[in-house]
Amino acid sequence: MVFTIQVNNREIEARKGETILEALRRAGFEVPTLCNMKDFTPTGACRMCVVEVEGRQDLVPSCSHYVEEWMKISTHSPRVIKARRTITELLLSNHPDDCLYCEKNGNCELQKIAEEMHIRERKIPGSPVFIRPDRSSPGITREPAKCILCGRCVRVCEEIQQVATLDFIYRGSSIKVTPAFDHELNFSNCIQCGQCLLVCPTGALTEKVRFTELESKLHDASATVVAHYSPSVPLLLAEKFRLKPSADASGVLKAILSKLGFDRVYASAFGTEVFIMEEAALLLRRIRKNENLPVISSACPAWVSFAENEFPDLLPLLSTCRSPQQMASTLAKMHVSEDKTVKEPDKIFTVAISPCTARKYESQKPELTRKGLPETDLAISISELFRLIRLYGVDPLMVESEALPNGMKAITSAGRLSDISGGITEGVIRTFYFMATGKDLKEYRIEKLRNHKSRRDYTLKAGNHEYRFAVLSGLAMLPSLIEEIRSGKCNLHYVEIMACPGGCTAGGGQPSAPSQQILRQRAKDTFESEEKEILKCAHRSPEITELYEKKLGEPGGKKAVDLLHTHFTARNIFARK
Amino acid sequence: MAIRKNNQDILQELLLGKVSPGEPHAQEWIHRTLHYKTDRPVIYVATGTCSITAGALKTLSAIRQYLEERNITALVVETGCPGFCSAEPLVDIQLPGKNRLSFREITEEKVPFLLDDVLHRIIPTENLLGQYRNPLLDPWKDIPWLEEHPFYSIQRRIVMEKAGILDPLSLEEYIALGGYRGFIKTLEMYTPAEVCQLVEKSGLRGRAGGGFPVGTKWKTALLTPAPARYFVCNAQESDPGAFTDRLIIESNPHQLLEGLAIGAYAAGAGKAIVYIRSDYTLAIRRLQTALNKALEAGILGHNIFGSGISIDIEIRQGPGAFVCGEETALLASLEGKRGMPRQKPPYPAESGLNNRPTIINNTESLANIPAIVSRGPEWFASTGTAGSKGTKVFSLTGRVINSGIVEVPMGTTLYDIVFKAGEGIPGAKKCKALHIGGSVGYTLPPSLFHTPVDYEALKEAGAAMGSGGLLVFDENTCLVDMSNFFMHFMQKQSCGKCIPCREGTRRISQILDSIIRRPVEKNGHSTLERFKGVMQLESISTVMKETSLCGLGINAPNPVLSTLKWFRDEFEEHIFDRVCRAGVCTALRTFSIDADACTGCALCARKCPSNAIIGTERNPFFIVEDKCTACGICYDVCKFNAVIIKP
Repeated sequence: MVFTIQVNNREIEARKGETILEALRRAGFEVPTLCNMKDFTPTGACRMCVVEVEGRQDLVPSCSHYVEEWMKISTHSPRVIKARRTITELLLSNHPDDCLYCEKNGNCELQKIAEEMHIRERKIPGSPVFIRPDRSSPGITREPAKCILCGRCVRVCEEIQQVATLDFIYRGSSIKVTPAFDHELNFSNCIQCGQCLLVCPTGALTEKVRFTELESKLHDASATVVAHYSPSVPLLLAEKFRLKPSADASGVLKAILSKLGFDRVYASAFGTEVFIMEEAALLLRRIRKNENLPVISSACPAWVSFAENEFPDLLPLLSTCRSPQQMASTLAKMHVSEDKTVKEPDKIFTVAISPCTARKYESQKPELTRKGLPETDLAISISELFRLIRLYGVDPLMVESEALPNGMKAITSAGRLSDISGGITEGVIRTFYFMATGKDLKEYRIEKLRNHKSRRDYTLKAGNHEYRFAVLSGLAMLPSLIEEIRSGKCNLHYVEIMACPGGCTAGGGQPSAPSQQILRQRAKDTFESEEKEILKCAHRSPEITELYEKKLGEPGGKKAVDLLHTHFTARNIFARK
Repeated sequence: MAIRKNNQDILQELLLGKVSPGEPHAQEWIHRTLHYKTDRPVIYVATGTCSITAGALKTLSAIRQYLEERNITALVVETGCPGFCSAEPLVDIQLPGKNRLSFREITEEKVPFLLDDVLHRIIPTENLLGQYRNPLLDPWKDIPWLEEHPFYSIQRRIVMEKAGILDPLSLEEYIALGGYRGFIKTLEMYTPAEVCQLVEKSGLRGRAGGGFPVGTKWKTALLTPAPARYFVCNAQESDPGAFTDRLIIESNPHQLLEGLAIGAYAAGAGKAIVYIRSDYTLAIRRLQTALNKALEAGILGHNIFGSGISIDIEIRQGPGAFVCGEETALLASLEGKRGMPRQKPPYPAESGLNNRPTIINNTESLANIPAIVSRGPEWFASTGTAGSKGTKVFSLTGRVINSGIVEVPMGTTLYDIVFKAGEGIPGAKKCKALHIGGSVGYTLPPSLFHTPVDYEALKEAGAAMGSGGLLVFDENTCLVDMSNFFMHFMQKQSCGKCIPCREGTRRISQILDSIIRRPVEKNGHSTLERFKGVMQLESISTVMKETSLCGLGINAPNPVLSTLKWFRDEFEEHIFDRVCRAGVCTALRTFSIDADACTGCALCARKCPSNAIIGTERNPFFIVEDKCTACGICYDVCKFNAVIIKP
């Protein structure tokens, strides 16, 4: 039902059942908020969004109050402004004064609101709280002193990710947001997906940055710094710097990375192609032996961490393949060390660039090291890359694109879908069909896996057999799937799980949270770019064929397993020291 | 066994109205149950939490020992506290055929003297409160009636009617006194909508502070279509100085259960929950025992007396957070979540526990229900004022002679409660102020003492009924200190969800701290900071009131604002003259050394933690006021009484 309400003496349209804030925003009225998140149940915690409603004694929080027909609202009356300003001043009274040194400087919602309210002095003296920053986790830094307790991270962690690492503890002004038992993040069930980083309005939750180490390597002439980037990196680069649609984003990225001092640049998609080969071989073997089914993909490090933390009984079902990025690092190290021009092969430094914070944790896992050294020496996020670009004064719009070097070029489209939820499964299905039947699929596009549902199912018919695949985008449908598997009712053969809803393009390592619309656009762009490629299947790539012929032998063979597979260990999340 | 069966039969027949209480065999059962017809002396000892603190359990064992040693057969009955908490331990004695006598402050050592006298029919006037009125028994000559005792004389008891009279754990005694008949009558005679109407007609309003009509609330839930509804009794009473709920439950748990059952039936809720704070161990134990007995007798539970109606009552213990008394926080706590309030609307009566319509009523409101149903709404409405019907239970504490639970008809003035029931202030001091409504309540000056207890009249006086705490302050109370105490309490108890409440309470506490503390700071801005703080007090309070999420934040500034309004001079004294007239704010005292008395021993200078005392030995010492923190150590250590304190 649509009706009109009066806002600041203007009539605007409102719909029954929506909040005042939604109606105001649609009509173009700006109301500041700190705790509000789109598509979430409002909590009404920050009270910044209060408006004056005629006939009401108290101010009304617009984010959590439903719009009613009789309402006459004023959004910026003196009373409202005074309330908002006082609330901001109260918030700032004990907020650390280190904006200049803060990770969120320039990107902070509290800073923005304080500026809008024109607060130019600390009117309310407070005792600044000192709480030791929590730097225990490889992916996420937590600074509780900067927390304004809006509860966004708590809601994302619980409602979207269903991990529920963070929650409020204590009461009154001692209240804080921490993992269980006030442990550090590394001694909790955190999966480092980074979704909380995207919603945190201040610098209370930021990603862990290892800039100094990277810079020293970039400037070290004897070290060979090898970068490989996820398929979504060029996509997000083009989006961020508004590259022309005609521009070759991968080429521009290559050129930028060269300028920044990276010696070699590869596409992680090559790792994805090898991953698809290994995964398809593993799936076929398990189906033939009828053991440990369904195969659950282990490409997403956040999901793997979740499984290790909380579902130790499911670990045998996980595919033993390392993640595409890890495979890419291993292969890149192998590839570069064979190059005669590289004088000190033990000084090869691999850097994985992706929109993911869990990669930082993954790269340090002891299972993924060789001779004590990590295969991926450093995992950096897209926001770190953007920072690096700014630091070195590179203007992406002025850069001439460069071609990738030969070898590890990832020329099939199968590898490039991996950052979209369902993309890896599509790649696996194509190669698996070939391995099972010896023929290629006629229709390589699997539309049933390309929608935006949290769970998508697809049945592949190959000869007389039927193979059932499922894709979980985000962890919302995970509990029901686990229930299914544990009760023995699950007849699936392959399950792909990505911890971030929508896949890696929604990852925690980007500057700000992408809206649903942007995520859909990214998926659309990725699928469209696939059409341009001639080769759609990993097993059709001459590079891959050559790699297996010369070095790895059979997919799933002994050499490949030694090099590219891993194992999983259950973790006691509450064990501390 | 035969007697027991007989017992059960009469109990059921009475409840179902098959026999009237006037019939001989029923009457005999009632008199026997209530110990009216007995050849033994009956000794009643009040054993509520307040009584136990005063030593009632020791008194009880002393009585038992006395009886055993002298081989006297007497019946010893434990009752709840009748509300006269300052007179505990209370002991009542009923000799065969004679009226029950009530004695105050019978501690362990007084037991033998009292029993020696009374069992020989000599009534000591010392410690005697009076005799109960009972037409079935013989009155004592020249002994005052209990109801004429000042503490009881202005009271009119509906909620507390049976408190202290019966054994709280005895279902039979409750039924013998007419209990549960209202509930059975409801099931037999009224539809749920009719009960709502009946309660609406009685004019009963919520006793937890808001004063929303109870019947209307029930009707809202009843009219909201839903697959299930819940009925919750809010016994999460955690205001400092309020203990009405505890006493109601401890003294007569069946009355609450009956009210709850009637409410659940009227709101169409099959499930009722008592949410009680876990610290109330005795109340929980008594409520649970009462519930078990009612279930055993088939009065509650599944298919009550074959009516097809089932009411499942559960007792849930709250973790004891103040904010869990707020209804939405209470619901979150019941759902197993952190007790934090949420935005209203939707109101719980539309969508509450597990998103089902949920009625939440306060203990006192529910304890009124049995009387309304069994005696009729007109009877209930005849007590009270035009807008506020019935009675109101107050927990009267502070600087007052008689403290305890006082139930007065609506319309009684605050003055009467304090000076008639409370018998005034001890030590011939003046009453400076009254504080109504606990930590979110209001402080009222003597000019408003004649305000009647009435929702509208109190609102007009700038106050509200609140939870029923009534604190009395005399001249020795510092009101700035009191408002600081309340604000610190609120700061600790704020859930921390919304910014105005979390940060506002903290800031106001800081400001009040700076007013009552001595400024010893290195930067020397303390006077300016204190002044700035005072300027902010009102604006922060206004924003808190206007923007806070729940009642806790909205009402948290009340004590400060009302004190500031009525006792501004006291604030100004603290701020400008740095004087606390009550002598409570110790940090504001000034210390000096009497040069004539000082021997120059230098002990004070050595002990002074802030090096504020200077001088040379064998000469008089001197206190540097700017450095002094007013800790008082010099005063304590001086052997020559040379240190002088000015308040």
